[in-house]
Amino acid sequence: MTPDRLRAALRGVPDPQWLDAALRRVAADPAAIPRLFAIAARRCGRGPLPDPPGWTVDEAVRALLLTALPTGHATAAEALYRHGDAAEKRAVLRALPLLPIGAECVPLLHDAIRTNDTRLVAAALGPYARHLEQPAWRQAVLKCVFTGVPLAVVDDLDGRADGELAAMLAALAAERTAAGRAMPADATELLDRLGAGSHPTTAREA
Amino acid sequence: MRIFDPHIHMTSRTTDDYERMAAAGVRAVVEPAFWLGQPRTSVDTFVDYFDSLIGWEPFRAGQFGVRHHATVALNPKEANDPRCRPVLDLLPRYLDKDGVVAVGEIGYDSMTPAEDAAFAGQLALAVAHDLPALVHTPHRDKAHGVERTLAVVAESGIDPGRVLVDHLNEITVKLVRDTGCWLGFSIYPETKMSPPRMVELLRTYGTERMLVNSAADWGRSDPLLTRATGEAMLLAGFTDDDVDRVLWRNPVEFYGQSGRLDLTDLEDSAVTFAGNSILRGGE
Repeated sequence: MTPDRLRAALRGVPDPQWLDAALRRVAADPAAIPRLFAIAARRCGRGPLPDPPGWTVDEAVRALLLTALPTGHATAAEALYRHGDAAEKRAVLRALPLLPIGAECVPLLHDAIRTNDTRLVAAALGPYARHLEQPAWRQAVLKCVFTGVPLAVVDDLDGRADGELAAMLAALAAERTAAGRAMPADATELLDRLGAGSHPTTAREA
Repeated sequence: MRIFDPHIHMTSRTTDDYERMAAAGVRAVVEPAFWLGQPRTSVDTFVDYFDSLIGWEPFRAGQFGVRHHATVALNPKEANDPRCRPVLDLLPRYLDKDGVVAVGEIGYDSMTPAEDAAFAGQLALAVAHDLPALVHTPHRDKAHGVERTLAVVAESGIDPGRVLVDHLNEITVKLVRDTGCWLGFSIYPETKMSPPRMVELLRTYGTERMLVNSAADWGRSDPLLTRATGEAMLLAGFTDDDVDRVLWRNPVEFYGQSGRLDLTDLEDSAVTFAGNSILRGGE
């Protein structure tokens, strides 16, 4: 994802002048961003964008506002996340991979993954999660399976899934089987791809 | 029967309540910030509370097909504690949020000078942020409190049509009816107002600017008393349209003045239960 692609996707917002002015304002006066960030959905809308898929108008607008800052992206992202409502927090999480911040904002991922708001958990597992250490990443993937978040939201799932994750998923599958409850199909498919059916610690045969 | 509960403290309620409310026709709620029974002692705890009103609680409500909005304020009781008063400085940040549709609950508890200052200051915030105001009226010395409330509202310069004066009864309704303010009635199992009494008030004063809420919280209260009031209205000869006006269109019109009420996809929607950890019992 790039800011240019988001900008192009937002050509159809109801009030393009507002968006242009807001982006210029943030570039010139970074202190203006909290209020513009808060009211962005009311001014631009909340519906899904046809392209890029998986983005909503308000997420794209807020992500662009963050990219328009001249400096201090990590500090601003942290403040907007801490002071944001759920939709603002989600937009910050989606914007992180677009910002020149290195791994500075990983604590925001930890916060999001700790919540039980599935929209935040999902948004924390995008491309920026490459900075997330492996144990936390595994726990987050497992939490998706627990809470019904489709694994399709997890960036680089197959590249990163390892034997430890397979063992954890297999143990969950065993618990579910013992309880007479189903595993989500996408988790079972991941287990199959990981070859965990023959893993010694699984109890899938139980 | 579609129901909008314009005053309910869902933070204090369980998922069982959300399920029963959705089944009874409650599709939207407004949760005013109030005190939590246990007095708070610092500003930070209000931050967490307000964040939950614009974060976790709307998410929780959404799992049951209920749309959740909030009002934010320093409540009258805690306005008396100097440790809590700096909460007033935090409010502008919250009053910009999409889910915040009014300033509230503000007003009087014991009618102290500290309450005077917080009440007037927060009415000014409502004007500055172009938001309506939800005004609590005191439980003790109520008629006097309502008179004083209306004087402060008039002095503030806020349009009375953007003020909801809540917790009214047979005595205090008379004081508010001709002011242009909206009138709120909290239907409680025993105390504030009951469905049969509410029906009598609607017969006497009509349905215009009249709002019915459950004000359900951590005390003895019942989130289904909005529905019970609608049924009592029908039994008493009110039409379906009358009930819809009181239980849906009036609160939509009042809070709609914020420009932030988001009822998209709600007016005709069936209640859907998306898969999530709450509904599944917090695995």
